Amino acid sequence: MSKNKSKNSVVEWIDYRLPIFTFLNHELNEYPTPKNLNYFWNFGSLAGITLVVMIITGIVLSMNYTAHVDYAFDSVERIMRDVNHGWLLRYIHMNGASFFFIVVYIHIFRGLYYGSYKAPREILWILGVLILLLMMATAFMGYVLPWGQMSFWGATVITNLFSAVPLVGESIVTWLWGGFSVDNPTLNRFFSLHYLLPFLIVGLVILHLVALHRFGSNNPIGIDAKGKQDTIPFHPYYTIKDLFGLSVFATIFAAAVFFFPNFMGHPDNYIPANAMQTPAHIVPEWYFLPFYAILRAIPDKLGGVLFMFGAIAVLFILPWLDKSPIRSSQFRPIYKLFFWILVFDCILLGYLGAKPAEGIYVLLSRVATGYYFFHFIILLPLLPNIEKTRPLPISISEPILSSSSFSTAAAVREKK
Amino acid sequence: MCKNITFKIYFFVIFLCLGKTCLAASTDIEYPSQDWSFSGIFGTFDKASAQRGFQVYREVCSGCHGMKLLSYRHLSGLGYNNEELKALSAQFEITDGPNDDGESFVRPGRPSDTFVSPYPNEQAARAANGGAYPPDLSLIVKARADGANYLHALLSGYKEAPKDFNVPEGMYYNTYYPGKLIGMPQPIYEDGVEYADGTKASELQMSKDVTTFLAWASEPEMENRKRLGVTVISFLIVFSILAYFSMKQIWAPIKKKV
Ligand code: HEC
Ligand code: HEM
Repeated sequence: MSKNKSKNSVVEWIDYRLPIFTFLNHELNEYPTPKNLNYFWNFGSLAGITLVVMIITGIVLSMNYTAHVDYAFDSVERIMRDVNHGWLLRYIHMNGASFFFIVVYIHIFRGLYYGSYKAPREILWILGVLILLLMMATAFMGYVLPWGQMSFWGATVITNLFSAVPLVGESIVTWLWGGFSVDNPTLNRFFSLHYLLPFLIVGLVILHLVALHRFGSNNPIGIDAKGKQDTIPFHPYYTIKDLFGLSVFATIFAAAVFFFPNFMGHPDNYIPANAMQTPAHIVPEWYFLPFYAILRAIPDKLGGVLFMFGAIAVLFILPWLDKSPIRSSQFRPIYKLFFWILVFDCILLGYLGAKPAEGIYVLLSRVATGYYFFHFIILLPLLPNIEKTRPLPISISEPILSSSSFSTAAAVREKK
Repeated sequence: MCKNITFKIYFFVIFLCLGKTCLAASTDIEYPSQDWSFSGIFGTFDKASAQRGFQVYREVCSGCHGMKLLSYRHLSGLGYNNEELKALSAQFEITDGPNDDGESFVRPGRPSDTFVSPYPNEQAARAANGGAYPPDLSLIVKARADGANYLHALLSGYKEAPKDFNVPEGMYYNTYYPGKLIGMPQPIYEDGVEYADGTKASELQMSKDVTTFLAWASEPEMENRKRLGVTVISFLIVFSILAYFSMKQIWAPIKKKV
């Protein structure tokens, strides 16, 4: 507090009683950050900003949206046609959901590549996976709101999954729907929850940041900062870098919103929901496709559901599955290779999720699903036994070392 | 190092785009691509063509298809002025009510009225069309993959059915309709309308015009959107460049030490 002697006496008066300025100064200004972060460390702040954008556009959309099966579709079209700049709001919100997932997926794979989930950041990681789950629930229910064909049939297919639960499945589905099919009560509760969940996400994000600031950011070489020479204050170095990242992100995002607003959407969602007419292919939004592929890969309905949720569940226990003490892939040649195979596997699953479940696609889905679980459950625990890792540098500020000091550094590391 | 990563992101994005193109291409039939005035980043609607297209809609399609998301006043987007819109909407009969006696009554249309639908409800529409339902056309171009090209192909896709192809009563053979049997008789014939501006009403011309009109109806905000987009993106690019050099300057002492 003493360091933050403000010249403004009002600020000082308040800060003495409520140390909010000290807090902000500590967490956003002088907060020591490793000096070697690369651009992959931009995606956290991008995700936070996207969340805020989603909440603001969402609140304004809600002022013009009608959650009723007879009016929902037309109310969204009224937003598009008659509300001042309504099309802009709606396209920002619609594409914002996709970009939110792009950013968060990159953020997650960054964590996988640099071992950011390892001790002492396990809770930080788990909070992140919880955020992902809530985002998925939010996006799923948001997609139902415009009440197009894909809204309706997507909701029908996904809620129906719960009928796979033994004994009480059917009752659960009826309870979720608030009736005997996806209908007005379903739409209303989805709207209510779609409004609520983002604020729960905000709460989790705050906890995520508290956990982050406990030990600070991980970094590309994955060794802890050893002192002042390894870190720099967050402001101005990372504020300006995040601002630059944000402006590039905003440029790409704007290109999508203004020039290709429906690129990531499905044309069928511009057809009003019709319970009497099933679309030829029911496909979820692209960000669910890998999970959808896993769901369909398993011949048994309950099994499919379990594996689909299992794909996220393994992420929760990942910090204990990966037994290697080395964080960054830079020093784990074999892990690095398998990391890229996993990336490819996930993209392949996404591709398969968009394909009809027939012929070669089924077989491929099974192989890709099997590989996904193999990576986490078998490979990661066993890898440290066979992998010869590269020697670690002594510290962040001395990454380049002669070969002799390499081995001493590694030895020091090993002893810990 | 950073460069390496930038490249990786770059390839990743390209990869995703390619993936999306493959997905789209493999699931849909290809339609012959037309040269639309409204395609591309700087594309705008050819207003004369869209006005002719509105005439085709009004004189041909509106016999079976409604466009309930549009009001007559929206047509100002095609370049009609207020007087023209008042005169135009007054040509339609609107059932309004109830009046003070509790009765419905018919009055001339106003610009604020939505387009009059040809049928009171879906059942009536089906009954009049041999069981097939002529969908509302307000969003048709957005509601089909590659909408404009599809629509144009569909309208000009009526061909003689192959000999071994059985065409049931009330169905028509169309090479571009999924399943090739459509419940809509060929709507467009040469000189089916007499264009107010004297353009020769060939089948191709009519089909292009009505497609342009329907593309406008699906995305009336498109021209504004693209125009605003150019401004916003130009600003963001300049801003990114400024942010980049500020970043370089702020980081210079740190980079030197490393
Ligand atoms: C005689 C009545 C009639 C007229 C006139 C008519 N249509 Fe149709 N249209 C139909 C019917 C009926 C269907 C439904 C066909 C089906 O479901 O098999 C249809 C379907 C369509 C479809 C949907 C095709 C799809 O992919 O589902 C489009 C687009 C269409 N019409 C455009 C037009 C246009 C443009 C015009 C004016 C040039 C027009 N129609 C004139 C009766 C008509
Ligand atoms: C985590 C953040 C959020 C995500 C991922 C998200 C996602 C979505 C998605 C995918 C849609 C469907 C868009 C479409 O296809 O039209 C949607 C619609 C909608 N959302 Fe959200 N949303 C978020 C936050 C919010 C918030 C906070 C609100 C309200 C306060 C809100 C209100 C709405 C409304 C009213 C719609 C219907 C209008 C429309 O479909 O465009 N959203 N949301």
